[in-house]
Amino acid sequence: MKRPQRESRVHEKYLRHSKKFPNVWCAGCGIGIVMGAIVRAVDGLQLDKNDVAMISGIGCTGRMPVYVDFNTMHTTHGRALAFATGLKMVRPEMKVIVVMGDGDALAIGGNHFIHAARRNIGLTAIVVNNFTYGMTGGQYSPTTPIGVRAATAPYGHIEQPFPVAELAVAAGAAFVARSTVYHVRELERYIAQAVTKEGFALVEAVTYCHTTLGRINHWGTAPDMMRRLKEQGVTLKQAEKMSEEEKRGKITRGVFVDRDIPEYTRLYDQIIEQAQEDPSPGPSPARGGEEDLSPGPSPARGGEEDPSPGPSPTRGGEGDLSPGPSPTRGGEGDLSPGPSPARGGGGVA
Amino acid sequence: MTMSLTAKGLLPASGGLGGGGDDAGRATSLPPASGGLGGVLMQGDEACAEGAIAAGCRFFAGYPITPATEIAEVLARRLPQVGGKFIQMEDEIGSIAAVIGASVGGAKAMTATSGPGFSLMQENIGYAAMAEIPCVVVDVQRLGPSTGRPTSPSQGDVMQARWGTHGDHPIIALSPSSVRETFDLTVQAFNFSERYRTPVILLMDGVIGHMRERVVLPDPETIERVERPGTTVPPEWYKPFENFPADVFHADVPPLVPFGEGYRYHITGLHHDERGYPTNRLDEIQPWLERIFRKIDCSLSDILLYDEDGIEDAETLVIAYGSTARSARYAVEVARERGHKVGFLKLKTIWPFAEEVVEHAAARLHRVVVPEMNLGQLALEVERVLGRHKVRRVNRADGEMIQPAEILAAIENRE
Repeated sequence: MKRPQRESRVHEKYLRHSKKFPNVWCAGCGIGIVMGAIVRAVDGLQLDKNDVAMISGIGCTGRMPVYVDFNTMHTTHGRALAFATGLKMVRPEMKVIVVMGDGDALAIGGNHFIHAARRNIGLTAIVVNNFTYGMTGGQYSPTTPIGVRAATAPYGHIEQPFPVAELAVAAGAAFVARSTVYHVRELERYIAQAVTKEGFALVEAVTYCHTTLGRINHWGTAPDMMRRLKEQGVTLKQAEKMSEEEKRGKITRGVFVDRDIPEYTRLYDQIIEQAQEDPSPGPSPARGGEEDLSPGPSPARGGEEDPSPGPSPTRGGEGDLSPGPSPTRGGEGDLSPGPSPARGGGGVA
Repeated sequence: MTMSLTAKGLLPASGGLGGGGDDAGRATSLPPASGGLGGVLMQGDEACAEGAIAAGCRFFAGYPITPATEIAEVLARRLPQVGGKFIQMEDEIGSIAAVIGASVGGAKAMTATSGPGFSLMQENIGYAAMAEIPCVVVDVQRLGPSTGRPTSPSQGDVMQARWGTHGDHPIIALSPSSVRETFDLTVQAFNFSERYRTPVILLMDGVIGHMRERVVLPDPETIERVERPGTTVPPEWYKPFENFPADVFHADVPPLVPFGEGYRYHITGLHHDERGYPTNRLDEIQPWLERIFRKIDCSLSDILLYDEDGIEDAETLVIAYGSTARSARYAVEVARERGHKVGFLKLKTIWPFAEEVVEHAAARLHRVVVPEMNLGQLALEVERVLGRHKVRRVNRADGEMIQPAEILAAIENRE
């Protein structure tokens, strides 16, 4: 199929034409690229639109659901994953895609983010990371790199950023990937994988905000910033061979984790079965047995048939109590989504 | 698509609500009451949970907090028995959010908390009002402000229930004064929330939540349950926020079709048009605003629940609600024995405030006593309707119940 024809057909099929265009985003914004990747991914998977929900919070990315012809809900700031948790529990057969910005998902919604991942509920979370609060004018966010100027960091930012993908890995997500709006076909592929994944799946879609953070830091136009993403993006494989110094300022792209952990609503179905077989569980709430008291994100899943409480394949294995995130940290420095140990060293490119 | 939450399995798996003592769990053990009078010994929080199940609630999300935790404990056990689902969220904000999400998915949904958690929920309660999503929020009031006295009762959240969110919207709040009434008003809260597409607050208090009483629960078959009406229009015609002209009878509550049933539409906390899309047009905002108030204001005869007695020849009226109504009832009886003509009005619906009921009962009287476990919240409404000089407040906000003697003194004008 020729690409332009497909684009046109996908737009016709998945976008709401009646009232909702043009959109609210600035000319040159990357959020629309993420939206395009999402609808093409859904199209490629041949999902019924009636079985897809898109839930968002507040911010520029929060405006995405109104444009797509799914079951859509634009909720309150930071709470999209919690709203989606309720919907997914009563409609487990639905594909629930949650789109959030970095401030929405990781500052005000940070607690819901780690707990949704820990619970491994079957939501597809897409964090559109532009390193700032765009809608309110470029204030620093939980992913703003050290040294960057923001509307609320006029002297340069002094806080370490969250590495979004690595945080999701550490919190227990079943699938985690990162790409950028420049590497859009890869992004589309990761989104398709995430939507298909049973369990909590996160895709970090790195983009930019040329009208706020880009303007404040003199990073140029949207095409200039797109070019930066092209240069900064390195694959996990490439990153492995790079020194810490070489990784500075780079954005590692790839699938960080893809592991099989029992999904929450499936487990709850077992609870229902159990409760209906034997409605009086007795005073002891712990049915899984004492050995399940070990810490760690995913030991007690699976119940009796799996005696080893070992975590997923990508973890250190049985009894691994190390709290650290995955070894595949992002690089350091300007606009890289990883934390920078060298404070103040990031600087403005 | 499969849906395990619909009306099937409404009866408890253990065979009848008043069924008896074979349940082994701590929170729901219901030993038969002694003395051959029938019924079961039950806590207010348990009655709330059982009322929710009886009303058709099939989703609960909550976070532990005294004195409301037992509601979550009972439902964690009971909901899966009837095919429903329970989740303990990471906080109260997530709890109300999950409840709204579940309701959008088609389940009758509830959360339960106390003052501190109720404060955290306010933004999303406003969202439910704005997006017209049915849900029930139970607030078992404890002494505040802040952490206060967690195990002590209060009626300090009356105004929070009305004005806790930002912006203007109507709200329904009910307040039970016994364990049986907790069961009944929980059912009623669900029915109102579904009938009027609105969040409904159940304002319990620490006394009602933790008190145990012998109750005879109604036969589940006799309980009225309001279900979502669904729609007959095809998806392309469906308007989830349709504003019919004001004179179209009973058309102020457009049906809410759950997500996943072929009606793809948009829900937002922004002001929106009839299809749910954001709007800044005044000719779309104004009809919506009028409609969400009209749907409540034109149904007061259905929504306002109260008990009254001795109003006709009363010289003094006592207006009370919640556990304070129990002290008030006793004080009224003692006063009558002493020869005073005292009327008693017990409000079960706190919001919307029953102004015409109060006006009718007290317009010709000179003294109206309003006891509350706060420093005067519902009294402000009574004073607004009747004038300040008529109202005698009896208040405590120290975590102790108001004694009948304190109310009696006010009735007899002795204090």
